[in-house]
Amino acid sequence: MTNTLHRFGDAESFRDDFVIFAIASKGTNDKDSLPKLRRFLEIAAEYKPVNLGDARHGGALRPSKSMNPMAHWNRDIQPDFAAVIAGLDHPTTCAAVFDNKVAAEDFVSRIRKEDLGLSINISTSIDGAEQCCHHACIPRHSVGYSLGFEGSVEKLPSSQVMTLSTMCGHGMVSHSLAKKMVDWVKEGRRTPEQAVSYMARFCSCGVFNPARAKRVLAEAVSQGAISQGAPNAK
Amino acid sequence: MEAIYIDPVIKRATIKRDECVECYACYNGLSQEHLNPVMVRTVRKIFAMMRVRFDPEPDVCPTAAFEPDELTWPRVVRRAFSDPRVPHESTGVEGRGTEEVKTNDVSGRVKVGEVGFTIEFGRPGVGARFYEIQEMCWALAKAGVAFEKKNPITSLMTDVPSGTLRADILNEKVMSAIVEIKVTVDRTEEIVRLVWDVEKKLKTVIALGVGTRCDEKGEDTVVAPILERLGYKLERAKTNIGLGRASRPLETPARETVNA
Repeated sequence: MTNTLHRFGDAESFRDDFVIFAIASKGTNDKDSLPKLRRFLEIAAEYKPVNLGDARHGGALRPSKSMNPMAHWNRDIQPDFAAVIAGLDHPTTCAAVFDNKVAAEDFVSRIRKEDLGLSINISTSIDGAEQCCHHACIPRHSVGYSLGFEGSVEKLPSSQVMTLSTMCGHGMVSHSLAKKMVDWVKEGRRTPEQAVSYMARFCSCGVFNPARAKRVLAEAVSQGAISQGAPNAK
Repeated sequence: MEAIYIDPVIKRATIKRDECVECYACYNGLSQEHLNPVMVRTVRKIFAMMRVRFDPEPDVCPTAAFEPDELTWPRVVRRAFSDPRVPHESTGVEGRGTEEVKTNDVSGRVKVGEVGFTIEFGRPGVGARFYEIQEMCWALAKAGVAFEKKNPITSLMTDVPSGTLRADILNEKVMSAIVEIKVTVDRTEEIVRLVWDVEKKLKTVIALGVGTRCDEKGEDTVVAPILERLGYKLERAKTNIGLGRASRPLETPARETVNA
């Protein structure tokens, strides 16, 4: 799940972005891991996440294969955490996204007590993850640093767009859609909540952070900047 | 990717097959209404004549127009590296097909004194072709590094020691792909500089990740200072908190301690 690692932004911008995921290692502890993964999701739901998901079925807000045309005027944009838990039918990576440090810390402490035996990772600012570990009295085992984006960075869009689109590290939230959403919110064509729901539905593993995205869109409106391209270097 | 465009001649949405990476975002991510295409086009034309534009939900395909193609080799490689819902056959892992340090507490993939590099091509949202990845693999192999065995890119090499990928996939374009290597800590700077050299010749972006083991207190006092000396400002990381447990015995213990 490097898809949670390379999110664009500085450490401060991750103050409302804590992705905690559970994964079993293929051939080592994946057998009988399904009930443990489900338990992970059930516990996460108690701590008021902003998203929940698994890598096979997606997050708490999913596209519909048979949408009623009237939904254009009356669409449900509430996350369905129960559906995520009920839909888990295969051992895969399960993730919970929190928008505050307290919830993340409490969840990590609880997961430690549950002793599921799964690998648990926290993807956020380095300092934020250290604080979660400290709160749960766990020394970090390993750390994977994101060194950012390099190479032909002139092909990358503006920082606002990057902040939104990189919240799906699999690239399912396209730069074009993110840019369109920034513009639509600025133009008053959609509320930040609606714009966020469109992007979240494309995320195929449920790690998109709607709360952070909403904040970014709200900041875009208040800044009034035009979301034109500007290269982002490492 | 800009693979979908409105063809100015036929005035219909069309897919540029060479640019399409088979991520299936159009098929899996869009909601569908299954409306009659003729009716939809007619309504749009009438609205256009009246200079009126319907403002629909942007993530809906009204006619459910997208249908998955039957993919054959080598094009099927595109989907394996671009559609996160499809597990890689070589590793059985979804997404980019590698567990890297996220199961390090169980697998012991990156041990004390080692550094794991994930060099990811095409991310974010730019895409990469295998001939670009090939350049990096050759350079890394020339430097004598070890490619991670449980990685989809390694499984596509015809000659792992030289880092040579299958010739028939080189022109295939993917959303992103990770080359994964492991070196001793003292080679960290050398590898970063090597990546810097090669990336200058490529027309895509690279997302670089560096994984390492922490000491008994959960600190990394070895690799982070090297990276900071190289000019990186370390903002974000994925932290494995070490709660994993092997249910089957491993050949080597996963939990090691620094300076033990």
